[in-house]
Amino acid sequence: MNAENTDLRVRGAPLLQIRDLRIEGFSDDRWHPIVRGIDLELHRGEVLGLIGESGAGKSTLGLVAMGYAKPGCRITGGSVTFDGQDLLAMKEDERRLLRGARIAYVAQSASASFNPAHRLLDQTIETAVTHGLLGRKQASLRAIGMFEKLRLPGAGAIGLRFPHQVSGGQLQRAMTAMAMECRPDLIIFDEPTTALDVTTQVEVLASMREVVREFNTAAIYISHDLAVVAQMADRIMVLRHGKTVEEAPARRMLAEPAEDYTRSLWSVRALAQPERSDTEICLKIDNLVTGYGKSAKVIDDISIELQRGRTLAIVGESGSGKSTLAQVISGMLPAWSGKMTFEGRPLPSGFRSRPRDLLRRIQMIYQSPDTALNPRHSVAETIGRPLEFYLGLKGAAKQRRIKELLDMIEMGSGYLDRLPGELSGGQKQRICIARALAAKPELVICDEVTSALDQLVQSGILKLLSSLQAELGISYLFITHDIATVRAIADHVVVMNQGKVVEQGPKSVVLEPPHQPYTDLLLSSVPEMDPDWLTRVLKSRRATPDAAS
Amino acid sequence: MSDPDPLSVPPVAGPGPRRSRRARIRAELKRAPLSAWFGGLVILAYVVLAVFAPLIAPWGEATVAGQPHQAWGGDFLLGTDQLGRDVLSRLIYGARNTLGIAVLTTCLAFLTGGLLGILAALYGGWFDQICSRIVDVFMSIPSLIFALLFLSVFGSSIPNLIITLAALDATRVFRLARAAAGTVVVLDYIQIARVRGESLLWLIRREILPNILSPMIVEFGLRFCFVFLSIAALSFLGVGIQPPTADWGSMVRENAALISYGNITALLPAAAIALLTVAVNFVIDWYVYRTSGMRDER
Amino acid sequence: MNDATTPAGAGANAAPASARNLRPLLRTGLQRLALGFVTLFIVSIIIFLSIEALPGDFAQSMLGRSAAADTVEAYRLMLGLDRPVFERYLSWAAGAVQGDFGMSLTSRPGSIRAVNDMIGPRLYNTFFLAAMTALIAVPLAVLLGILTALYRGSWFDRLINGSTLMAISVPEFFIAYILCYIVISKDMFAFGQLAQILPQWANDGIIWLLSFVPKLPTLAVINESTSFGERVWKLILPALTLTLVITAHMMRMTRAVLINVLASSYVEMARLKGLSKTRVVLCHALPNAWAPIATVIAFNLAYLIVGVVVVEVVFVYPGIGQLMVDAVRTRDIPVVQACTLIFAATYIILNLIADCVAIITNPRLLYPR
Repeated sequence: MNAENTDLRVRGAPLLQIRDLRIEGFSDDRWHPIVRGIDLELHRGEVLGLIGESGAGKSTLGLVAMGYAKPGCRITGGSVTFDGQDLLAMKEDERRLLRGARIAYVAQSASASFNPAHRLLDQTIETAVTHGLLGRKQASLRAIGMFEKLRLPGAGAIGLRFPHQVSGGQLQRAMTAMAMECRPDLIIFDEPTTALDVTTQVEVLASMREVVREFNTAAIYISHDLAVVAQMADRIMVLRHGKTVEEAPARRMLAEPAEDYTRSLWSVRALAQPERSDTEICLKIDNLVTGYGKSAKVIDDISIELQRGRTLAIVGESGSGKSTLAQVISGMLPAWSGKMTFEGRPLPSGFRSRPRDLLRRIQMIYQSPDTALNPRHSVAETIGRPLEFYLGLKGAAKQRRIKELLDMIEMGSGYLDRLPGELSGGQKQRICIARALAAKPELVICDEVTSALDQLVQSGILKLLSSLQAELGISYLFITHDIATVRAIADHVVVMNQGKVVEQGPKSVVLEPPHQPYTDLLLSSVPEMDPDWLTRVLKSRRATPDAAS
Repeated sequence: MSDPDPLSVPPVAGPGPRRSRRARIRAELKRAPLSAWFGGLVILAYVVLAVFAPLIAPWGEATVAGQPHQAWGGDFLLGTDQLGRDVLSRLIYGARNTLGIAVLTTCLAFLTGGLLGILAALYGGWFDQICSRIVDVFMSIPSLIFALLFLSVFGSSIPNLIITLAALDATRVFRLARAAAGTVVVLDYIQIARVRGESLLWLIRREILPNILSPMIVEFGLRFCFVFLSIAALSFLGVGIQPPTADWGSMVRENAALISYGNITALLPAAAIALLTVAVNFVIDWYVYRTSGMRDER
Repeated sequence: MNDATTPAGAGANAAPASARNLRPLLRTGLQRLALGFVTLFIVSIIIFLSIEALPGDFAQSMLGRSAAADTVEAYRLMLGLDRPVFERYLSWAAGAVQGDFGMSLTSRPGSIRAVNDMIGPRLYNTFFLAAMTALIAVPLAVLLGILTALYRGSWFDRLINGSTLMAISVPEFFIAYILCYIVISKDMFAFGQLAQILPQWANDGIIWLLSFVPKLPTLAVINESTSFGERVWKLILPALTLTLVITAHMMRMTRAVLINVLASSYVEMARLKGLSKTRVVLCHALPNAWAPIATVIAFNLAYLIVGVVVVEVVFVYPGIGQLMVDAVRTRDIPVVQACTLIFAATYIILNLIADCVAIITNPRLLYPR
């Protein structure tokens, strides 16, 4: 308490002060608490990182810092003071004059948040002009200056474009420029890079950090990724279930987290699969070419090998063709040319030409458990169907096997008659795993199985998959964009870019230098748990400009 | 929203208590607004009238029981029509005829349109193209106009009426079923079922149908209203249900002249039509609100 | 989502409206136009072939079983039924394009009635009524739709919503007769059944209220000599009936469209930029709502066509709808075909216009990548 008081005296009154804030959201006919008593303080020029899993209340909190409650939410207690004014007690019109001008917002999806009907420049200067802060001409000049600072290509002309004419990373920067237009005291960044690829993310992060520092703007940076927040924030606050778990300066938080929960946030990064000995080849693909329709080639001449009882990770960014590869192997998409061999026999292209027993031996687990489970089928029906369909199990034998499978995925038989809507994301993904295992497969294709889940749940799923592999000797083809996941589970790695294999080999070879240029770009773009990581990466890239292009 | 997958509670922990389906339906009904209750009761009353018409009606459907245009009261509670038939009895029989034909037509439209729509969504390709283009053409003309054309060619009879309206309505059902199924068939669980090697019947019955049921139920209500109003309009125009079959639309036409004398007999069948469609709409409104409104609109 | 740092031709794309940029716009527009023509063509075939589907010989069925063989034969020749289908379609279609729909089946050898002469004046009447309705209904519905979407959940919204739900659930002829009844009751209320059922004080009150109702004509009988002013006066009740129905539909759809747009991320962003409520709606929501609203309007004006048929019959208005109903009753097929084709063409043209609005308000087509 004492230390806090001295701090206040030294730095003056905080710019933003939130006291015992309580927010409720409306769902299923009831009001549920979303934020349960959070205190927060932010000084001028300071960047606070808010981090937590989905449902922790971080986005809601970010919006309340603007005096804005999302539709379906209500503020039930506490106070929000911005620069000495009580935001919650103000009239809506007074709050409106602060928004955009003194408190600005950068949303997660820039492509959805820019109005498709107006040019970027008009949207950028809108607040400044309508609030009468700047003249049109002056505002445009300032916006173009900011586009330049954010290193948007063709800064003079890009403002004349419409949102659909600009790429995602550029839009996100344009939105930062829009937020900076009135030179606000505070910016709320709500997961601004979550929708971007890692290689794009680096540049966007760098330009955001630069302008925030240059104009000494205070910011709240919201993210689920601690490594990203660590690059941006001076201080980090960890939220969970609407409460503060821990708050500390960024460096201290990373070096010595006080709470178990905070440590668990990077638990995936702590997992590492030791490389195992080679075995026989289970799946072999030679010179595969395919695509959608007749002309859109997505995969161009790919050859890979997967060993029995081992894990092959396929890494790449969106658009690299890695998910298409999974679709070809599972038979959903026919191959244009090339040869697939499974357990020594040729694997027909297209599931319709595969006999039922062959279909049984290759199973797939999907990225989003929400869409992979039929919402109208109970857990027992979902897991029971492959048992009945492939193995002909019925009655008591089927029930027994369902229970066994539920035990294998560490869920009890109390879930038998649950519908997917009543389960959490992690539980749903476990049911998907059980459904795949029910078929007694030899090869399981895992398509981004952990990327829709929270960090903690991710590590649980990865551990489960590892132990199941050790127990049942299944081979995994693991498709992911996340290097930490590769470290956690793979024996061999294939790096893909634009439908081609860039590099492949044992994990120890691919992930350690020297790299191919693209692998290097990809690996170096993955944020690390080190506040100096971004600075270091930028320095090395600027030193060797070829690396980035 | 909150994820029950936390550190302190391992996933092994058993789930909480769960309410049975019946208990949930009962709780749902208890919360239903007055309008939905009203709508439900009106529909129920109409169904009872339609089923037990011969037992309830004081006179026969086409019995000429009195003088033409007798006043309200006495033997004829709502008076008699231009031929001396009891208006009340004809109203009650009208419920049977008009409702029966509308329900039959709607069911027929849903069977054909719904099935074709789901198949088009599931198969895509040329099958979808052909079905969709045909439907486009039929939807490029108001269905009442098409109905008039077909009825003029084939003549007005009840089977012709049912087939014509069902065919025209099936095009609308096709659109909806195709769109609803279209959002479902791209989901991973359908892919999974397909790659598992499931049969077409399983895909439709177990995977798709349960997931498009609520929009289809809403559409059934709306289409029923539409068919019902179309039949009433056609009968009112004199090209729908033909006399002496009692029908609300034609009853309005037959007694319309009385309105100029301040007599509201002609308004009664029209009000009967209006009451039912309003009731159905009330129930649909509530159902839509329950199934989607809460989550989608916030 | 690929963030290419310097895409080639960045400057070239930014130029607002060069010829290159207009190409997708034109292409899409022409595609829609072609589609409209193809649809109309197919519809015309369906309309024409509907006679062919008739069981038995058309001439025979028209004249009845008892007709003498040579009468039937003469009738067949008059209708041109001896020629092949393909040839008859071509001459019918060619005629239709030039505005000649052949002759009515009410013609007998000797007294020929051209379909054109029957349709011509009535077409004008119908479009007059439709235009009068549209002029009131469209602005009213769009305005109400916007207001209810803005003040969603308020008593105003609920009131409008409840009453429009009633209006769309009710058959058109019910609304029409209710309006007639109100006007007629001005003189006749005391003689009706209601007056006998209700207590005296209620009767007095109703009669007092009815005294404010203008004495509108309940029949819209007009001819060529009717003056413009009288026409409008006689059409108030029919137009009011149609307005009630159309406005209800149109307003509900406009509201739904707008609520959809108002829930989008860019509208929330506009609010978070501190823009005023009016500006958010006018500058951020509406520009993206015009295309769907245009579709809604076109859809409902087309619905107006259907409403016209019933309302014309109720008010004995000499329009094309009434003509069509009469023709259907007497199975005067050439007239039915001509009316159907006119209705279909109107419907298709309206939808085409809505498509055009959607195209020219879509920045993705106006300013391609």
